[in-house]
Amino acid sequence: MHIVDGALSPAVVIGGTALAVGGIALGLRSLTLERIPAAGVLSATFFVAALVHVPIGPSSVHLIMNGLAGLVLGWAAFPALFVGLVLQAVFFGFGGLTVLGVNTLNIALPAVLVWLLCRRGVTRSDARVAAVMGLIAGALAIILTALQVALVLWLSGDEFLPAAKLVVVAHLPVAVIEGLVCAAAVTLIHRVKPDLFGTLATPPRAA
Amino acid sequence: MSHRLQGTGAGARAPVAPGALDWAGRDRSDGRGIGSLDPRARILGAVAFAVVTVALSSLIALLLALALAAGALAAARLPAGPTLRRVAMMDGFILVMLVLLPFTVPGEPAFSVFGWPASWAGLERAAAIALKANAVVLMLLSLVGSMEPTTLGHALARLRCPESLVHLLLFTVRYIAVVEDQYRRLRRAMKARGFRPRTNGHTLRSLGYLIGMLLVRAMERSERILQAMKCRGFTGRLMLLDDLRYCRRDALFALMLLASLGLLVTVDALYVGLA
Repeated sequence: MHIVDGALSPAVVIGGTALAVGGIALGLRSLTLERIPAAGVLSATFFVAALVHVPIGPSSVHLIMNGLAGLVLGWAAFPALFVGLVLQAVFFGFGGLTVLGVNTLNIALPAVLVWLLCRRGVTRSDARVAAVMGLIAGALAIILTALQVALVLWLSGDEFLPAAKLVVVAHLPVAVIEGLVCAAAVTLIHRVKPDLFGTLATPPRAA
Repeated sequence: MSHRLQGTGAGARAPVAPGALDWAGRDRSDGRGIGSLDPRARILGAVAFAVVTVALSSLIALLLALALAAGALAAARLPAGPTLRRVAMMDGFILVMLVLLPFTVPGEPAFSVFGWPASWAGLERAAAIALKANAVVLMLLSLVGSMEPTTLGHALARLRCPESLVHLLLFTVRYIAVVEDQYRRLRRAMKARGFRPRTNGHTLRSLGYLIGMLLVRAMERSERILQAMKCRGFTGRLMLLDDLRYCRRDALFALMLLASLGLLVTVDALYVGLA
């Protein structure tokens, strides 16, 4: 969910922006010269993945895939998803300008958190363990994102509390969908190119 | 609607082959209007406008801000239909939040729906958010969205953004079209085999495999890109071939923008003072 300009309180916007800048700086540190092409093409892939719509009954939702982005990119998910949000805001008008930091934080922090949690699991040799880890990563990232969106709304004023609750409830089916799609994607990557999970998401020294 | 990433300005009006992205450096409109301004001035202008607009509190000042943004839209000579459609899509996202606000902000009741009182204060709050969001997005689309994506990257580099972040942006912009092409090819192949997306496990698994495959191919492509770049002696610096220079037009734009923002702040202060 994109938050727009004007809804959040100044303190929340400034705090979120500061945290996002920190995350982006950390992510950029892991992006050596050798990794920038890979990060760029993967960032483009996640941008395209967000155009994929999944039908839910008569309606449809678009994929976010921030859990998978975290598994593949590690800390680099921060700058990669930030770039995606900048392009969406500037050329599609989704989201806003002053809230770019908050929106980046809402999408990228869960990505990094599920990476820290699941990075060992998805590289295990047992395909079923990897798939379950992918399921957890995909679903948990969406739940965390929804909770963060709700939190920044609530911190901006009690009058947003019903909207915040609604955001969390509305994202539960999305979490199920993302978890299953992420599990399938992890299964395929596990079978075809398992080192995809280690190429970018490790510190440069180990590469 | 098409999600192809290209400046909605001159690039969209010029006949562009389907699927081809137009990477001409600056906006190729005929040297008038917003297209002729320095991209850095446009980015800084959009940011300044956004910060000031978000800080305003009176509805009158916000209406003025929206009018300014509409003026910028006209000056950018963007196709009005598609641009307004995008803004309307953004409004669709926030509609629920806006509709809830009058019922959750305490205050003097204006009307009630099924016994739920809606307050004037809440209505005002919702209107303020809607005006702010629309004004900023319109201004952003007009000033920055009318640039070529690569120009945006170059301008950000000149504005001292970290080099690796600009490289990442330029790579992303470059490969979105390539990856999207690949995505469409894979989707066509799935369709040819009878795949139709529905709400079921098979759909989710197929889409998961599709995204996994896209990532695998993206990674393999990036390895070839890196080798090709090394072969050509890439040392970690992308050359920015354009030469941005402030000229009188840009100073004039900055002056006009500052005057407008000053007007907004003054109106806001006056109105708040009166209220």
